[in-house]
Amino acid sequence: MITYLEAIREAQAKALADDPRVYIYGQDVAEFGGAFKATKNLASAFPGRVLNSPISEDAMVGSAVGAAIEGMRPIVEIQYADFSTPGFNQIVNHAATLYWRTQVKCPITIRLPSGGTAGSGPFHSQSMEGVYAQYPGLIILTPATVEDAYSMLLEAVAIDDPVLFCEHKYLYYHLKAEGLPTEALPVGKARIARQGRDATVVAYSAMVHEALAAAEELSADGYEVEVVDLRSIKPLDTDTILASVARTGRLLAVGEAWPWGGVTAEVVARVASEGFELLDVPPRRLNAKNTPIPFHPNLWGTHRPTAPTVARALRDLLRL
Amino acid sequence: MLLARLLEEKLANLYRAGKINGGVFLGKGQEALSASLGMALKKGDIFAPLIRDQAGRLAFGEDILDAVRTYLGSKLGPMRGREGNVHRGLPREGRYAMISHLGAMISAVCGGLMARRFQGQTGVVGATCVGDGCSSTGAFHEALNLAAVEKLPLVLVVANNQFAYSTPNDREFACKNLVDRAIGYGIEGHTVDATELDACLDVVGRAVERAREGRGPQMVVATLLRLAGHGEHDDAAYIPEALKNSPTGRDCLKVAECTLMERGWASAADLEAWREETLQQVEEAVATVQREPAPDPAEETWCALSTQELDDTFRA
Ligand SMILES: Cc1ncc(C[n+]2csc(CCOP(=O)(O)OP(=O)(O)O)c2C)c(N)n1
Repeated sequence: MITYLEAIREAQAKALADDPRVYIYGQDVAEFGGAFKATKNLASAFPGRVLNSPISEDAMVGSAVGAAIEGMRPIVEIQYADFSTPGFNQIVNHAATLYWRTQVKCPITIRLPSGGTAGSGPFHSQSMEGVYAQYPGLIILTPATVEDAYSMLLEAVAIDDPVLFCEHKYLYYHLKAEGLPTEALPVGKARIARQGRDATVVAYSAMVHEALAAAEELSADGYEVEVVDLRSIKPLDTDTILASVARTGRLLAVGEAWPWGGVTAEVVARVASEGFELLDVPPRRLNAKNTPIPFHPNLWGTHRPTAPTVARALRDLLRL
Repeated sequence: MLLARLLEEKLANLYRAGKINGGVFLGKGQEALSASLGMALKKGDIFAPLIRDQAGRLAFGEDILDAVRTYLGSKLGPMRGREGNVHRGLPREGRYAMISHLGAMISAVCGGLMARRFQGQTGVVGATCVGDGCSSTGAFHEALNLAAVEKLPLVLVVANNQFAYSTPNDREFACKNLVDRAIGYGIEGHTVDATELDACLDVVGRAVERAREGRGPQMVVATLLRLAGHGEHDDAAYIPEALKNSPTGRDCLKVAECTLMERGWASAADLEAWREETLQQVEEAVATVQREPAPDPAEETWCALSTQELDDTFRA
């Protein structure tokens, strides 16, 4: 069995082995193996290519841009997605604009350990994908499975544009698979995680699993809910979403990020503007509550969408 | 120096005549320092110039047409109308294209140098030039510290031209001299009077050599006065007369010309001839670019990604 976290490590090992232009740069990533051990043993297996950085997110990303200009393919590990904010400027203004401004490609992968785990509080739990998605020039991946964590990270490193790889910390240890995949859907294609006919839930990252559990609950009542795993939120696979809504007539978009704007708003907006006639009832969104992310597990468990709240939203959508 | 000065004077005139979109930012007074840096660098080095580095850009190989095309918005320029004025470069030729955010380019140069090291290249130097105001940014600190930790061959020139836009030094930092910060970073620091070309060539040249020899990051803090507004929209009324009349307020170009004559290396007639010849070069470049087409929105891809198929709005 291999975990989501091990898949991320294996993908990095393969990227380092396959391509001498790849290196890893981040806090504590060298001998220590990273705060989550996502780079365990890589420093010894690839001497000189897994480097500890100072706690300088701006300079970490800025240096990756310079290295990319010179032909490297850096992987930057931000210790927690929350701490990408000091590097925000380099991500959105430098990495994301480089190709458009200069025609020089910027193949950097920024790993953002994202999302909440019990007890992590306001500054170690954030889901930043929607914030970054607003900016042109970035690719944003949100793998929900062990297989995708592996194959999409390899793809991220191969893509010639800056990629934010939003790996979910809750899934690190909770998800396991039999082995690593040998083939995968390409970036930009969503996956039907569960087929259904009565309603569509569009989700990504850890929320896919809450949606699947909610769908299971509703199937006991005889309702078949389709779950679309977006896999990447930028690009967003509008075609797969619309095709699903065409089958079900009902849409619920679920995200762990905050409710103002963001991925769920984009999904609903696209369906409303491109597939309004497919909808039998008004589309709905379910997001985290509009406060910082609370520390205590009781509060945290209510702050973010969970299988029970997804199921409740689905019952509303189905007018049950 | 002379070419940079005359080119910028021409650009300022075009700005006043309403022929330029956006701002014009002059390096007037900073030419000796900037040119010294551009001249000390070799082909294969990395240079991230900032707003007052026209002289350094030219010295490091920028085609004068690149500058004029970017200012005038020719679609044949390196930025093709997507970017203007000082926001230009050809990164693959070692001339990084600055983003506006002050301090951001220093770490990019660090990364370029890390890449060269990964690739096994030695003897490469990376340089960038920033202002006194930039020294207050977090990006400046992060990048300089990173350079020190990695012992990178970085040359950071801080042009202390006394003002950050309208803000004087005493509202920007509280240390006696910015060069003292070098100690804190564990790197070598140097000072220079940037009104003296001789001194600039010497100090900047040595700093570049020391970096090349593997002595780690070098910080050069230069003293001068900005002899123009922040941009051409700014009359700089806040600069005190006394400062303008002080030794710091001297014009490096005039000082250099006097030195040339004192040493008998050039006569007044030589200087005049050089000026005429250079002016001609500037006029020709501007005339060429003025005949060039502007960017056409219909020809734009409107896609920021190099992997166009991954832009999900691109199909629209
Ligand atoms: C991070 C950031 N904040 C503000 C600005 C706006 N700005 C542009 S130039 C400038 C003054 C810069 O002063 P200094 O660094 O001393 O350079 P100088 O213009 O004197 O050469 C300011 C505030 C900016 N470009 N970047």
